[in-house]
Amino acid sequence: MFLNFFYSLRRFKVPVSPTEWLALMEALDRGFALSSLNVFYYLARALLVKSETYYDQYDQAFSAVFGGIQTDEKVTEEVLDWLNNPLNRLVLDPEQLAALQRFSLEELRELFNQRLREQTERHDGGSRWIGTGGTSPFGQGGAHPDGLRIGQAGGGQMAAQVAAERRFRNYRTDVTLDVRQIKVALKRLRNFRRIGPEDELDLEETIDKTCRNAGDIELIFSRSRKNTVKACLMMDSGGSMSPFAHLVNRLFSAAHQMSHFKDLKYFYFHNCVYQDLFEDIYSSKSTPTAKVLANLDADYKLIMIGDAHMASSELFSVGGAIDYWYHNEIPGLNWLKRLSDHFHHAVWINPIPRRAWFHPTIKAVSRVFPMHEMTIDGLEGAVRALMVRR
Amino acid sequence: MSNGFDQFHSTESYIVSPALKDVVNVAVALKRPLLVKGEPGTGKTLLAHNIATALGKPLLIWNIKSTTKARDGLYIYDTVQRLNDSRFGDGDVSDIRRYIRLGQLGQSFAAEEQVVLLIDEVDKADLEFPNDLLNELDEMSFYILETDETVKARHRPIVVITSNSEKELPDAFLRRCVFHYIEFPDQELMAEIVRVHFPEIEANLLKECLKKFYWLRSFDEFRKKPSTSELLDWIQALNSAGLDHQVIRESLPFVGALLKKEQDVDHFVQAASRPNAQRRGWAY
Repeated sequence: MFLNFFYSLRRFKVPVSPTEWLALMEALDRGFALSSLNVFYYLARALLVKSETYYDQYDQAFSAVFGGIQTDEKVTEEVLDWLNNPLNRLVLDPEQLAALQRFSLEELRELFNQRLREQTERHDGGSRWIGTGGTSPFGQGGAHPDGLRIGQAGGGQMAAQVAAERRFRNYRTDVTLDVRQIKVALKRLRNFRRIGPEDELDLEETIDKTCRNAGDIELIFSRSRKNTVKACLMMDSGGSMSPFAHLVNRLFSAAHQMSHFKDLKYFYFHNCVYQDLFEDIYSSKSTPTAKVLANLDADYKLIMIGDAHMASSELFSVGGAIDYWYHNEIPGLNWLKRLSDHFHHAVWINPIPRRAWFHPTIKAVSRVFPMHEMTIDGLEGAVRALMVRR
Repeated sequence: MSNGFDQFHSTESYIVSPALKDVVNVAVALKRPLLVKGEPGTGKTLLAHNIATALGKPLLIWNIKSTTKARDGLYIYDTVQRLNDSRFGDGDVSDIRRYIRLGQLGQSFAAEEQVVLLIDEVDKADLEFPNDLLNELDEMSFYILETDETVKARHRPIVVITSNSEKELPDAFLRRCVFHYIEFPDQELMAEIVRVHFPEIEANLLKECLKKFYWLRSFDEFRKKPSTSELLDWIQALNSAGLDHQVIRESLPFVGALLKKEQDVDHFVQAASRPNAQRRGWAY
């Protein structure tokens, strides 16, 4: 019964096991779906899908089996992704840039959606800067998809429609990152040790001691288990990072809100690390990098955050630092190597998506630090790398 | 309903979406634990209270903390008390049973009638915590080592588990649960929820409030988006101040009731003073 739905789910990478499938069969057998596709949609979802991060894939699988839903959604998604990715906005020519600046991203997207709705066919020419082909950066996939709106969900909606809406797209772990999700990922950075005052009653020892005392109670206390992980964040606050500022900001506030680390240090740098690190984002107060290295033990977990995208000279040359008033005697790459050599655990988190890591400086930096994407999956990889000794 | 499926409904003080209603009923009928996730303020904990009320069954609450161990929910063997009694000689120390105290899960098994058991914020505990409960939740029985006794559930309790997804839950545990993610209510459902709390509320006022509220929620940059409880507080404040919907349309009084973080308020002020915000009529 509905076996193709099961395989469809597996095809969309929803981890469904036969146990769960049998539970659904039992429920259907007992008539719980009330012969309604609507109820079936929620029933099957509750029994088969165990995390909201798979709701989107579930919706897609459901549409594929029960919906006969259009597939050109994918095109829209690609373009929206394109819009979402701040990197792409950096390569627009000045005219387009000027046009873009007049709109906030939300407005732009709104307008974009509106255009898409109006459009009924492919546009492969013309001069409107949204929705047209040719010179426009937005127009390459100008096919017309219906149902782009992620809109009102009334009570009387059909399940296939709900599924086609794909309202849970934002819960996918490979796409979004909010403060909370970052916190979940960082929670894994832990290493429990018995430290601090002796304030926990050690029952075993107490009983043992008391018995040896022939019943005279002797209470034994031990140290409680605490997380001993110390972390050091170094963030790029250079100009090329500004499109990612909100993302980095989220990571920073997540790390900051967590009382979970034994110690958290943070510094800023401009494009690359040289002999000084900065203590705030405006780079007014600085500390010599050598002093930071001397003061921080090697067991701090070093998390570098930056796009590693800079002029080659900034990384490889003496005096290559981007700020003209600043002179470095040692090339940036050597400083990075020093950092990497000093700490037992170090990773580089790059907000640029992995598929765009082709710039020579990104490649050079990724040879010094294990580099991870700034997505949930990437962060988890980074945290794993921080827990194992290199 | 003839097959005893449709037992759970919205109550007077708690509005439930049709999807959640079905899911609860499935969990009850299949006798599987119900795992509920969702944003803070979507009424996860209240759900258990209302299942208990709607089904007319007693509710046991087991609040999980970071130090909670799975065994605490089953039973606690109070060794220190026994040690103390042996030293100072009051009570019969040889009867270990006197020093076994059942935890909430244990109590729900031992209860005379079927109960609703809420395991609140299961993700607060150690990562291994849910796995340690697998067998007990499956078999609905556990073994007390000290007295060589097995406690078996007379009536399978209805187990509701809430999680804030602070930690991932193990797969084996998830496979046994019925899962539901409570979405943030849409405007219609939210209007119903507000009306439950403020039956007297004026339709225009409610409309403007919800418009503003969902507009605020559309800011992705906020550290903490306002949730249902903040909306209710805010409406309470507006009510007490006796402001009418005209004022709310043109400005946003008592923004502090909705935004709890300083950065968010700053951000909001900046966003509201942008030229396009003015054009849309969001004067602040």
